[in-house]
Amino acid sequence: MQKTYYDPADLKKFGKISEWNQELGDKFFEYYGKVFEEGSLSAREKSLIALAVAHTIQCPYCIDAYTGDGLQRGITKEEMMEALHVAAAIRGGASLVHGVQMMNKVNKLEM
Amino acid sequence: MITKSLHKRESALAKSKKQLEILSNGIFQNGELPTFKNKIAESGQFPLTAKKLEILQINVGYMCNQVCSHCHVDAGPDRKEIMTRETMQQCLDVIKNTGAHTLDLTGGAPEMNPNFRWFVEEAAKVGIKDFIVRSNLTIIRANKKYYDLPEFFKKYNIHVVSSMPHWTRGKTDKQRGDGVFDASIQALKMLNSVGYGMPDSDLKLDLVYNPSGAFLPANQASLEKDFKRALKDDFDIQFHNLFAITNLPISRFLDYLIASENYEDYMYALVEAYNPTAVKSVMCTNTISVSWDGYLYDCDFNQMLELPVNSKVKHISDYNEELLEGRNIVISQHCYGCTAGAGSSCQGSVA
Ligand code: SF4
Ligand code: SF4
Repeated sequence: MQKTYYDPADLKKFGKISEWNQELGDKFFEYYGKVFEEGSLSAREKSLIALAVAHTIQCPYCIDAYTGDGLQRGITKEEMMEALHVAAAIRGGASLVHGVQMMNKVNKLEM
Repeated sequence: MITKSLHKRESALAKSKKQLEILSNGIFQNGELPTFKNKIAESGQFPLTAKKLEILQINVGYMCNQVCSHCHVDAGPDRKEIMTRETMQQCLDVIKNTGAHTLDLTGGAPEMNPNFRWFVEEAAKVGIKDFIVRSNLTIIRANKKYYDLPEFFKKYNIHVVSSMPHWTRGKTDKQRGDGVFDASIQALKMLNSVGYGMPDSDLKLDLVYNPSGAFLPANQASLEKDFKRALKDDFDIQFHNLFAITNLPISRFLDYLIASENYEDYMYALVEAYNPTAVKSVMCTNTISVSWDGYLYDCDFNQMLELPVNSKVKHISDYNEELLEGRNIVISQHCYGCTAGAGSSCQGSVA
């Protein structure tokens, strides 16, 4: 049994998930490929969104993949860090905006 | 930032034999990754053979004003290998009779060869369709004696191909040295001002992009879009095409890969991105590369690895295009750099 949950080498094996369900695996990868194609959003913008989401869901595979993808696309480290702050702002904001719920509750219960 | 070539530093990797050993050992010897030969054999493409010659590429010397960290030539101010006028004369005799449509001068910084201007003048008389000079841009700003290069190029209708690793200062200077970005921008402005790179201008100005690190280039067309927009918006600079070129794992780039512990991952990435369609158009199938001392190679990379052409004809002095056609190309694992993704050549993507 491996000693860590995550092994960087596993990222290369992502495609193997199709082996246990070819149809759904194929459909997923086809969809995945389509999503990242140049569209109304550029592939570059999508790469930055993916990087921000990767940090939000804290997926080490995705962080690895989309940091590399960003470098390939000529995205600078300053742009990457800004994208992360967007993720962090939304994450932090999401906690804080619930503060309104807390305040409502307190206001309701307190005399 | 490095300031000396591997040769000057007497690094083990300055020896091409050592580089070839590394490329054949380890992950390629223990079968973890297939050798290039076996990989192309899978699709029935071994042996690679040369088709009709289209591009004659001449390396007029390894001396350069820069010492870029990714340089596959191991070029720098300390390299003394410079093509002599006699060898240039032999090249001219070949240029007069070649069937190639493109003449491509490279280096080092070709402009630093003391006979560079004479050679260009003479070669231009032959009237080859596309006459390329690979200029690193900063040379134009390096010394007063080079300031008139844009005019000189224009006079002989030279197609200028220049390297520019990024549209931001940080990334550019990290790969190519402090101040390179600003000097390159100035040089591009000078080229633009004489007409190079302007829309509809016949004075061709193309840029070469190499990734500044252990990763592959993204799609050439989208990189071109980003470069064009940024250079226009930020500096009002224009150019024609962008060539995205993959860094091959040889010489200083190999040294960097090993030192930064990226070598194996990079080779994995190249092999994973292997594209059998790109094999059909790798540049060695239509190119001959001539070294500063007149020897013939399948490409500039093989020249640096000292892998001469597999033909009876070995030197520019006994050059024979018919005999060279159909020769088997000499390959090793560095060739994966030419077949990754959309493929890579001195003219950018191939597939
Ligand atoms: S990459 Fe080009 S400019 Fe840089 S050192 Fe090598 S030959 Fe000179
Ligand atoms: S490195 Fe040279 S010989 Fe190998 S595939 Fe590329 S062009 Fe051909």
